[in-house]
Amino acid sequence: MSGIGTSSARPDRSAIFPIEALGTLFDALRGRGYRLIGPTLRDGAIVYDDIASVDELPRGWSDEQSGGRYRLIRRGDDAVFGYAVGPHSWKRFLHPPRQRLWRAKRHGGEVQVTAEAVPEERLALIGIRACDLKAIAIQDRVLTGGSYLDPYYKARRERIFVVAVNCSVAGGTCFCASMQSGPKVTETFDLALTELCDDGMHAFVAEAATDEGRVVLAGLPHRPATGDEVDAAAAVVARTAASMGREMPSEGVRELLLRNLEHPRWDEVAARCLTCGNCTMVCPTCFCTTVEDASDVTGVESSRSQRWDSCFTMDFSYIHGGSVRASPQSRYRQWMTHKLATWFDQFGSSGCVGCGRCITWCPVGIDITEEVAAIRASEAH
Amino acid sequence: MAAPPEPVLAAPLVDPMLPRVGRVRARRRDAPLVFTLEIEPAEGSLPPFAPGQFNMLTVFGVGEVPISLSGDPARPGRLIHTVRAVGPVSTALSRLDRGDPVGLRGPFGTGWPVEQAAGSDVVVVAGGLGLAPLRPALYQLLAPRRRYGRIALLYGTRSPADILFAREIDAWRRRKDIEVHVTVDHATGDWPHQVGVVTSLISRARFDPARTTALVCGPEVMMRFAIGTLQGAGVASTQIYLSLERNMKCAIGLCGHCQMGAAFICRDGPVFRHDRVRDMLALREI
Repeated sequence: MSGIGTSSARPDRSAIFPIEALGTLFDALRGRGYRLIGPTLRDGAIVYDDIASVDELPRGWSDEQSGGRYRLIRRGDDAVFGYAVGPHSWKRFLHPPRQRLWRAKRHGGEVQVTAEAVPEERLALIGIRACDLKAIAIQDRVLTGGSYLDPYYKARRERIFVVAVNCSVAGGTCFCASMQSGPKVTETFDLALTELCDDGMHAFVAEAATDEGRVVLAGLPHRPATGDEVDAAAAVVARTAASMGREMPSEGVRELLLRNLEHPRWDEVAARCLTCGNCTMVCPTCFCTTVEDASDVTGVESSRSQRWDSCFTMDFSYIHGGSVRASPQSRYRQWMTHKLATWFDQFGSSGCVGCGRCITWCPVGIDITEEVAAIRASEAH
Repeated sequence: MAAPPEPVLAAPLVDPMLPRVGRVRARRRDAPLVFTLEIEPAEGSLPPFAPGQFNMLTVFGVGEVPISLSGDPARPGRLIHTVRAVGPVSTALSRLDRGDPVGLRGPFGTGWPVEQAAGSDVVVVAGGLGLAPLRPALYQLLAPRRRYGRIALLYGTRSPADILFAREIDAWRRRKDIEVHVTVDHATGDWPHQVGVVTSLISRARFDPARTTALVCGPEVMMRFAIGTLQGAGVASTQIYLSLERNMKCAIGLCGHCQMGAAFICRDGPVFRHDRVRDMLALREI
């Protein structure tokens, strides 16, 4: 994909290709030097991982999601993208959980510090959804939009090929429609697919939006999509938008939260919150990291790594004398007000894309949409 | 009203997370657990620093901490850092000997509005280790002394033994062009000066509140009371600057640790004009 900050190119007229051509697409991407990452079944969930072939896609599977609950279920058909998002977001590939920054070696009294090389690997992200593509655009602004940037993120990000998928089902915790971040892909992609799996037909309506996407699409057995097929693809997205499990009207959320930094609801949610940090791990935009230094037993070699951190830990805000945010109330407030309010001041948008992961993967089912609604309702009285 | 402070930003480093290697030239004990290190950058010098800025110091194999620069900005080749040994990294720093390597990144953050304060009275209020990031400002205030009106240093520590830079403070006391008051919470028998909190010194200092810039650094609770007293004496919120402390891992606004509301303390601070953080300071655990 042609780099960060490229304005969304206008997609070409839609094409259509049969399910059998998906393997050809994978081969083509591999042939162009890409490592393929896509959805696959593992540990009772649909996760993103290396995939070697179409056979590794979760064909015929879907999921049921609600607060604190995720279950795989069988579909009645052979759809390969017929589910909502799982616990992983793509940040584990672009902004990985652990990244070494440098190694140092002591020679006598001298220390030589060597930066970790930036990765040159090219990743093809297969089956990325609108919400997650929006999340990458947000992380672009966080990690590469300021005067200092993360060179490792930038290097990985610049080399990705995006095969986006317009969602055909909404999960029980999805609320992208109300956040204007889905279910139709709008951010820059190379290829965008809509899966049609109905009446004995199994095909993908495809749009290419970059030169590389066009070249790859041209290499697949395809034909121009008919008007009916384009309409059918649009209907899939419309049906998904109409069946969102949750909603969070985004209007005025920033102002709502900033004028309620002192509110009894923080105590109420803190009584349920375990401060486990799951929400921050599964969130596709949460970017916080800490650093860890290590050394060998002789002290000759040492290194520093960056790893994901969470504002829910006590260590996160620790300064001599104690943690700034010692109470669960203050830590939940920090996470939610950062995500939905101060993110606008820092990066010009909400930090939430409505993917619903923080709701599904919260062990006690705390629901960010419900928390906002409760604070909003308290003002109506 | 003074213009808002310009953020002092060094040109983005090629790899801002990569420490350069410096070497300890001298170490001096200032107070119980408090040490001042003089570090010489081994690979050429770091960019010049402004008073109030900080560096990230690495002890290889142990870790990295933000430490304010406490030396004279006019001598950027000598990096002076005053460290209290309270955690693993600061303790390791305090044990370094002459010649030992130290990793250096910086300088980072905003500085004290020393330039903008020209022509006005300046009241410097410091608590404990808070004097360290203010000392570079004092050097600049005293160097071209005629550029300022009255200058007062109001300093409070727990006990006489905790007073930092004691010889220098005595030298300033002997000058006629700076008013120095030092107070301690708990005095020993031979302590000839005030006993009590640093805020009690504000009424002793002579300054014209309408044309005064106040620089405040110390524990957050001390700063809250000091700022309240300064405002009570007639100094406007827009004329009061304070330096905030938060956990920092990257110092370049990417790790997320130092956020306070929308501000990244490492990048938008640590020095803030009081009116810009007043609302946040009023909140607990923000």
